[in-house]
Amino acid sequence: MSTITVGAAPVPVDTPAPKRNHAPGQVRICDTTGLPVCTVAERFIRLNAVAAVVFLLVGAICALLVALTRWPAVHLLDPVWYYRLLTAHGLNMLIFWIIFMEIGILYFASTSLLGTRLASKGLAIASFALMAVGALVTNWAVFFTQQADVLMTSYVPLRAHPAFYAGILAFAVGALLGVIDFFATLYIAKRDKTYEGSVPLVTFGATAAAIIAVVTILHGAIALIPAFTWSLGLTEVPDAGWYRIMWWGLGHQSQQINVTAMVSVWYFLGTVTVGAKPLNQAVCRGAFVLYILFINLASAHHILVDPGVGAGWKIWNTSYAMYLAVLASLIHGFTVPASVEVALRKKGHTKGLFGWLAKAPWRNPGFSAFFLSLLIFGFIGGITGVTLGTQQINIIAHNTLRIPGHFHATVVGGTSLAFMGLAYYVVPLIFRREYPLRWLARLQPYLFGGGILLLSMGMSFAGSYGVPRRHWDVEFTGAQFSAGFDAGAHLMLGVLGVGGVVAFIGLLVFILLTVWAVFLGKRIVNRPMTPW
Amino acid sequence: MSIHAPEAGWLRAPSGGERLWIGLALAWCVILSLAMPYWHFKGKQNSTGESYRVTATAFMERVNRFIAAYKVGEEKGVAVVEPPPGSDVYLQASMWRWYPILKLKEGQSYRIHVSSMDLQHGFSLLPMNMNFQVLPGYDHVLTVTPTSKGEFTIVCNEFCGIGHHAMTGKILVD
Repeated sequence: MSTITVGAAPVPVDTPAPKRNHAPGQVRICDTTGLPVCTVAERFIRLNAVAAVVFLLVGAICALLVALTRWPAVHLLDPVWYYRLLTAHGLNMLIFWIIFMEIGILYFASTSLLGTRLASKGLAIASFALMAVGALVTNWAVFFTQQADVLMTSYVPLRAHPAFYAGILAFAVGALLGVIDFFATLYIAKRDKTYEGSVPLVTFGATAAAIIAVVTILHGAIALIPAFTWSLGLTEVPDAGWYRIMWWGLGHQSQQINVTAMVSVWYFLGTVTVGAKPLNQAVCRGAFVLYILFINLASAHHILVDPGVGAGWKIWNTSYAMYLAVLASLIHGFTVPASVEVALRKKGHTKGLFGWLAKAPWRNPGFSAFFLSLLIFGFIGGITGVTLGTQQINIIAHNTLRIPGHFHATVVGGTSLAFMGLAYYVVPLIFRREYPLRWLARLQPYLFGGGILLLSMGMSFAGSYGVPRRHWDVEFTGAQFSAGFDAGAHLMLGVLGVGGVVAFIGLLVFILLTVWAVFLGKRIVNRPMTPW
Repeated sequence: MSIHAPEAGWLRAPSGGERLWIGLALAWCVILSLAMPYWHFKGKQNSTGESYRVTATAFMERVNRFIAAYKVGEEKGVAVVEPPPGSDVYLQASMWRWYPILKLKEGQSYRIHVSSMDLQHGFSLLPMNMNFQVLPGYDHVLTVTPTSKGEFTIVCNEFCGIGHHAMTGKILVD
């Protein structure tokens, strides 16, 4: 409570009405959250979300077929289509689905949470157009040129059709424009004083993700531009070792954008589902700063058994600094559930040590997706990641199925599941449509999370037998010298297959419900969304 | 709330359980940071990263000289080579084979040079499950002491084209 003086009489004023900088008719107040929504930004959030789900569907179909090939009892595809669909799966999931979602999140976290308009509509159009064209061109190259079966990493001197690189580069430039629009929006919000004090935590986290995105995209450009000019025959082939270091500056670091965006989404969903309030925002924000400063070095893990760099370089880059990024995750792993616990205890769920957890809104798919994401990311993804990043263990894990076992727990069970939880709020709040078949939506996070958990464990244990990743046939049919794995490894590949099928069903349920809701769902007009 | 501006005075030191947790986590991170370099030197299981630039032609010549010097037989048309303990050993990766077959002695050290003639490959020794990246243009030197007898298979675990799954080789230890 503060007072200002008008004439002689002191007038008590609660929080002053925030200034708005929107053009007339370009803002509405959300009936559920009370947040101002910039209608221009809203259109681009919708566009990006729709594109994200389209590429998610493409990636999901590839995922099912690839998983059914790695399941030895099924061994569905021939080798050409196995590697082709694996290429498409990686690109559509890890790049297109996730980054379209993230650009949407950036627009939301800047405009709605700061109460400002979007800085530039033109930039948002250019960003979306380049990203969409880039994603389509790369998919075209993979599916129709028959010259882009290079997997997502496209390690030189494995050469792809020029359109493969051109598409990814166009997509990256588009994403960069979206990120610039985000920074510009932060700037005009500050300039026009649309908010008081510091930015909200979710916006802070989104800013951390955006900063990491810029660094990531620069690495991508450094790696892929020489590969692109080489594919055109203009330059010499890039050095294989150099390319790996640069590519992983893109490849692993882009996963750190996901981590940071996912943690921001955790804070968002914690707030909207149970009213969670972080205990100490300085701690949460400090942890985001640790991500910005140190997480880029996680890319050095991919080089742990490479020639070209010495043991000193490997140890330095993967020990001290990596663990400062791990520290950030350990902090979020405490503050996020702690804020949920405090909120639920305040609501009276105080019985015993874990009574609050039992009383959590497990029927709300926004909450269950968020909390399962937290558990899968933390306990499976995080722990496997730290383990694999150890120099000693990396020797028995490099390029085995333990690696995808790790990142399916982080980026799928973690990030994708958190983004699904987000969708259960984005659709009612931004598309203003209700989800149909709410009982099925309530089940979906468990189905998907459970499937991914099985898939990830199957991969990890099969990998611990030495089963290679990115490998069509663990029977080594036609090899000059026979090789193979014992029954234990085959059992784990079976677990991988079953998990893949379950996760695919969970994903399909999500896509069908979301598409149904967006196009045919009951409209929400002048009323709050129906609570989950 | 995470979606609204924080209250004034939010910038404060952590306290209570949160502070304890951060302390424990930081201590654990420091331990892990020290454990890795410590075990690198103490455990002696890691490559020192010794590697040299080499062209495919030069490496292939070394492989051929190595085979000519120490060839002891053939299996399925592939040379079996038994180098003296402590010597430089050459292993060539190409689409889609590991060449030649190496015959080593248990308990003896060898300097195994690995390089690729074409794409990137993944050296994966089974059933030990020991893995190294093999790059064209780099001679990766691994100092190896076999500690058990038997027949080991080398498979490729870096995608190298359509015949990737059939790329195998052998190391014999007696």
